Amino acid sequence: MTASYVLSMLVSGLKLGSIYAIVAIGYSIVYGILRLINFAHGDIMTVGVYLVLVLMNSLGVPVVACIVISVGFSVIVGLLIERLAYRPLRDSTEETTLISSLAVSSLLQNLLQMVFGSQRKPFLLPNWLTQSHKLGAVSLSTINILTFIITAVFLIALYFILTRTKIGMAMRACSENMNAARLMGINVNRVVMFAFAIGSGMAVIAGVLLAGEYKTIYPTLGFVPGLKAFCAAVVGGIGSTGGAVAGAFIIGLAEMLFAGLMPASVTAYRDAFVFLLMVIVLLFRPNGLFGHAEGGRS
Amino acid sequence: MLKVENLVVKYGSITAVDQISFEVGDNETVAMIGANGAGKSTTLKAISGLHKISAGRIFFDGKEISKTGADQIVRAGLVQVPEGRQIFNKLSVSENLTMGAYIMKDKDAQERNRELAYTLFPILKERARQAAGTLSGGEQQMLAIGRALMSSPRMLLLDEPSMGLSPIMTQQVFAALEQLKKEGMTILLIEQNAYDALEISDRAYIMETGRITLEGSSADLIADERVKNAYLGGEL
Repeated sequence: MTASYVLSMLVSGLKLGSIYAIVAIGYSIVYGILRLINFAHGDIMTVGVYLVLVLMNSLGVPVVACIVISVGFSVIVGLLIERLAYRPLRDSTEETTLISSLAVSSLLQNLLQMVFGSQRKPFLLPNWLTQSHKLGAVSLSTINILTFIITAVFLIALYFILTRTKIGMAMRACSENMNAARLMGINVNRVVMFAFAIGSGMAVIAGVLLAGEYKTIYPTLGFVPGLKAFCAAVVGGIGSTGGAVAGAFIIGLAEMLFAGLMPASVTAYRDAFVFLLMVIVLLFRPNGLFGHAEGGRS
Repeated sequence: MLKVENLVVKYGSITAVDQISFEVGDNETVAMIGANGAGKSTTLKAISGLHKISAGRIFFDGKEISKTGADQIVRAGLVQVPEGRQIFNKLSVSENLTMGAYIMKDKDAQERNRELAYTLFPILKERARQAAGTLSGGEQQMLAIGRALMSSPRMLLLDEPSMGLSPIMTQQVFAALEQLKKEGMTILLIEQNAYDALEISDRAYIMETGRITLEGSSADLIADERVKNAYLGGEL
């Protein structure tokens, strides 16, 4: 095992962590406001990637335009799901909305299966994106480099939104005390919609990066990465945006190092390893690594 | 300015507010006094649109707001300072004030209001960049009032502003309310601290187990034997 192999594993881990971070933020901001674990989040990502595939392969739309259109479409899907499946349940218990989100997840997966079939389809991005570049000891494709850049841009933009804009502050206010936010004249539904829009749009970008990496797409593509991003948000302390990002990098690195350094006989269990890691973190830190104990909220 | 007619509010099958009617005129300061659980806070929640009303009607400036959403009621100029302050602990003092001005489009007016809040409570300016959760109870109450003033409201609803405060802090908060009153703010004040509330208000209502049992000018009520015995701790 050479140093450059370990280095390339670390880089892969960071890359995976970046993708999880983009998805985990979506979980975290929605959970922060609604205390809703949106299990359909990963499936919205799959929907978006399928749309990119159709636009790109059947209609020959340039890939960047495909992604822009798909992000727009997925934002609308995300908003529709919020309106139809979650908002009517706003006053019910967290368990009820959780079950509703599982139902939406299953519905989206089955819809995709009906339309596109359950078999894997190739998802091939244009050459300029998959082309490999040698950077010192590691080689990275254009899309790998873009993954890092896009994640950095998203994180900076999100930080700016949360701390410098009224809607961002309103998101933080709502996640702390929704009734007090109402008394400020904040239209809570708008804030919730904004959170869903950001989360859904970012998830699609993450989906394209992920499918581009695997070069394949199938109806449950987003489900397991969605669960892992959820684990990341939980490990970091769900509801805390910074925690979600930190958790995502921890999970991404741990998963890649496990897959790269453990004997081949156990690496097939990398998904199980990630979930086990979450369980272990929760045993010692029930609120996640960076989360705070949740007080009752009025 | 505010008129409540036969208001009924329920929690499930329990009637918390039972057919109460009252009003607050322009530039008037009205107190509502009563023991814990009398239904005072519930009444305010119903007025602000945070709790569904079961019967009755609420008018603000002649317009019915019984079914209006909470954010629209704020936009109409009726703002509540909620029980227990409910400031945003993790946001800075300055960000809390910005949230108070959420509905304001005009940036200059927002900054003017911020200066007014800082003039009324200078300590807030000193602590502007601090997380609001680090303020003392009295400072948090000042922030809650300052935050409510940020949207240039025409009427304030205050839910137990003296709750949990030391006597000195209570006096400071009431001095600020006195100042607002002098400037012509219309105020509905809910208090268990009956003496201070009757001192500052023009009129008052006494609420007991969901009903209004007594009303009158605050000067009369403060001298009323029944009020003295029940709320002012007997002979003063």
